This record gives sequence, structure tokens and C-alpha cells, in this order.
Amino acid sequence: MLVADQCAIVGIGNTAYTRGTARSTVELHLEASLRALADAGLTPADVDGVMPSATAGRCAEDFIANLGLRDLAFSSTVHMGGSSFIASVQSACLAITAGVASCVLIPAGRRGYSGERISTGQGPVEPLLNAVREFEAPYGNLVAVQWFAQAAQRHMHLYGTTSEQLGHVAVSARANANLNPQALMHGRPMTLADHQNSRMVSSPFRLFDCSLESDGAGAVVVTSAERARDLAQPPVLIGGVGEGHGYPPTSLTQKPDIASVPSLSAAARRAFTMAGVTVADLQCLLIHEGFTWYVLAALEALGVVGPGEAGPFVADGHITLTGSLPVNPHGGALSEGHVSGINHAIEAVRQLRGSVEPERQIADCHQVAVVNEGNFFDAAVMVLRSRS
Amino acid sequence: MSAGRPMLEPGALTEPFWAAAARHELVVQKCASCGALRHYPQPMCPDCHGIEYAWQPLSGRGTVYTFTVSHQAFHPAWRDRVPVAIATIELEEGVRMLSDLPAQDVDRVHIEMAVEVFFEDVVTESGRAVTLPRFRSVEDS
Repeated sequence: MLVADQCAIVGIGNTAYTRGTARSTVELHLEASLRALADAGLTPADVDGVMPSATAGRCAEDFIANLGLRDLAFSSTVHMGGSSFIASVQSACLAITAGVASCVLIPAGRRGYSGERISTGQGPVEPLLNAVREFEAPYGNLVAVQWFAQAAQRHMHLYGTTSEQLGHVAVSARANANLNPQALMHGRPMTLADHQNSRMVSSPFRLFDCSLESDGAGAVVVTSAERARDLAQPPVLIGGVGEGHGYPPTSLTQKPDIASVPSLSAAARRAFTMAGVTVADLQCLLIHEGFTWYVLAALEALGVVGPGEAGPFVADGHITLTGSLPVNPHGGALSEGHVSGINHAIEAVRQLRGSVEPERQIADCHQVAVVNEGNFFDAAVMVLRSRS
Repeated sequence: MSAGRPMLEPGALTEPFWAAAARHELVVQKCASCGALRHYPQPMCPDCHGIEYAWQPLSGRGTVYTFTVSHQAFHPAWRDRVPVAIATIELEEGVRMLSDLPAQDVDRVHIEMAVEVFFEDVVTESGRAVTLPRFRSVEDS
């Protein structure tokens, strides 16, 4: 049984995105989960599969206990950092098409501001970090902004990419966030000069090159496409999905070419082949971006432009709402919030349903790709569409 | 005084690297079957899948492959040490290592800058003495 178009996202939900919360991560996941089920016209009793998030420190028992899941048939956890969400959707599709589960709940997001905060060393610790913790942490290479800054630095050296070009990514995201009332940075406009004047965190990344450490969670519900037809919302079909793993996996510093992401090219090739599409068939890209540079890297890895060409491409306005290929109409992790990449999928579903604020609705939006990035260039891609 | 540097405790696989550093030698694994050098340490050669290896001394000379200058301290050990230049070093022999550069290199670090190893005794956050191989510019300061 092929996966393409056999499964659908039938429910989406999220908490408010905040900087500061008194609630626990599991409480955030439960709120998002109930919202996603209600959106689908389902109840917890319908759930027979759950994909708990490792980066949020969650386990199946959190959901079994609180949602009262007395007969869970399937649970699995992906360890791909910020790529785990889409990879979990892939696992859900496999379980559903194989007949192992019929209705899978996938929550993600954490207390990235109040709890498991990266910049203060409270981020999740997994075994894949061991080489960095022994051989790089003693030298101060501790957090993602330093790892990805070195990729961006090399990209600048090879291709002449500039800080202003990175700034165009940040400014475009912020403009979109200002049309999105739930974005953390709604009501806080940013100019290119603001970006250039923001403090240097780890060169070449300034503060406004960094995503927002955020508190919040989202959830989606996946069922078979057949069952989706009877539910509350117009189904969003999962046309294709794929993952890619960075090589070597020990650290970004060990990549043969730190300025490119071949694992994302591989994930996209798998997802696009499954869906039978090319990037030219997409109306919008949703790219989970820890930092501005990753949008450039993704545009190159997806083949939207050639290696090194993404800087001028974004400076020419192509990724803005009115450009040739809009990216992150919700504002992305840079300006809506960092919700472990699930907020990009939620926005994709809203765009395909035609249910976002009219000012940022992409015209005739019927097919999009969602990109997750995590760990040391792990990647996952899914093609979502409103019709097969 | 700044806090000690954070460091995961070495294990049986990695301890020889740090023991060599304490003797002021820079070593990496060399596959006994195909001769490929590898770093970071792992039990199997990813090219030929051999599990026998020796520790091969390196020249300690290399160039900066890429770098970042961090202006924010992400751990108490760097509270009084920012801005700090953190560089990925490509050794002459082809393997890469990461090192913070001395303060005098912060303003001149650039990709392809020639560097050499030096050894520094430090005490880690957990109170363990370790010798870190570090790198510095070979340009006249």
C-alpha cells in the first residue's frame, strides 16, 4: 500500500504562543490535543495512536493517563530534534496504512522560554549530542546559534551571502507576523535597519536572525483519507512525506560541506516523488527555521535556486507574501513562535483550508510543502494538498 | 574567577585522545584495515567497517574551515571571556576539530587562517583536570 494521499490531517490545534507560562509542558500538550480533536469533530476516545515528542520530554503515558486512553494501539517517538514532528507524521501514516492504528495524535512544542530554554543550557539532552558535549562543549560551542552561525559564515565565504540578505528573511517573516494576530511579534514591525542594528549574538547572527524562544504547543490528528471524508473539516491530504538524516551525525562541524544540507534534498526528493510533484507545483513553502540562514539553505536544498543563489533570491522579494514563492506566511519560528516546527504544519493546513486572515491568505493555495530541520541537519518534508 | 568548562566525562573509547593531549600529543583514530583517519572517536570505520585501529599523531597544523564570534556567554565559564572566537579547524591530515581561539585572535579570525595546536591545562566544571588541545593563529601577533 502506498502512502501518497492515503492519510489526511483532519484536526489542528494550538495553545497561545507566549514568552512566559505557569503551565507545565504536558498541560500545554493536552490543551493543544483537545483543541485538535475538537477541530476534527473527534474525542479522545477516538485516539488509538500517539506520537509523543522527545524534545518536549513526553511519553505515551502522559496522554494515556490524562486523556484516559484505555486501549492505545500504537505509540512511537522520533529522535530527530526539530525534524521529529514531520517524521512522526510519516510514522503515523505508516501505522494507519498498515492497519496498526486508525487515528493518531501528534503533539509538539515546549516551554522554550520558561522551561527547556536553549540559550541558558536547559535544552533537551539526547545521546546524539555526546560527541559535541565531550569534544566541543569544553571550547564553548554549546548551542544551536553557534553551530548554525558557522554554517552561515561558510556560506558567506563561499557565495558572498550578506547579513543584509539574511535580514530580508527576518523582515519578510516579521511583515507576515504582523498580519497574524497569534504571532508573538504581532504589532512589532521590523525594518532591515532594525535587523542590522540588532545586537550580535554569535557572528554572523544578530538577535533578529534567531527564532523566538517560546512557550507553546500544537497538535495534529491524522486519520485515513477515507475516514477523513466524514469528519468536521475539509481534509488536508498528506501527498508525500520523507525524512533525511545528516551525515556524519556527530556535529555540524564534521559535515563535508557545512554550507549545504543534502539530507534535506534527500527528504524532499522522497516526499516530492511520493506526491508526484516538483517545487514548481507548490504555492507556498513552510520552513521551520531556527535561524534566518536556514531558509536560504532550504531554498537551495529544495532546488528552488542553485547553490549559493538564495541570498540574492530573498533580497529580490521572492519569498514575501506577494513574491513568486511565499515562505512562512504566519511569520515562522522567527516571528510567530518556535513551536518545534508544528506551527508551520498548522499554518499549512489553515492556508489549504482557506481559513487564515484574508490579508495573508495565499491565492489559490491547494498544494504546499512543509520543511522541518533539527539536530545536525536532520530534515523532514511533507507535501500537503487540499485535493489529490 | 570564571566557572570551569563544561565537558562530558570521557569513556573507554575516547580516553586515549585525552591521555595523549596530557602528553601534548594530538591524535586521532586510524583504521588498521584501510588506513582512514577519523574523528570524533567511534568503534567502527565507516568506510571499511574495520574495528581495529591505532591512535595516529597529527602535525597540529591546520586552517580555519569556519568560525563564529560569540558575544553572548551561554555558560558561566564564558561570562568573563566574551567575545570569544570559536573555530572549526581543518587539520592538514583532513580531520576536523573544534577550538576556541585565544583572545588575540578574535579580531583577526577568518576562514583559511593558518593555525597551530597548543595545549592548556584546565579544570572542568565537575572539578576534573584535563589538558585541552587548543588552536591559535600562526600569524605574528
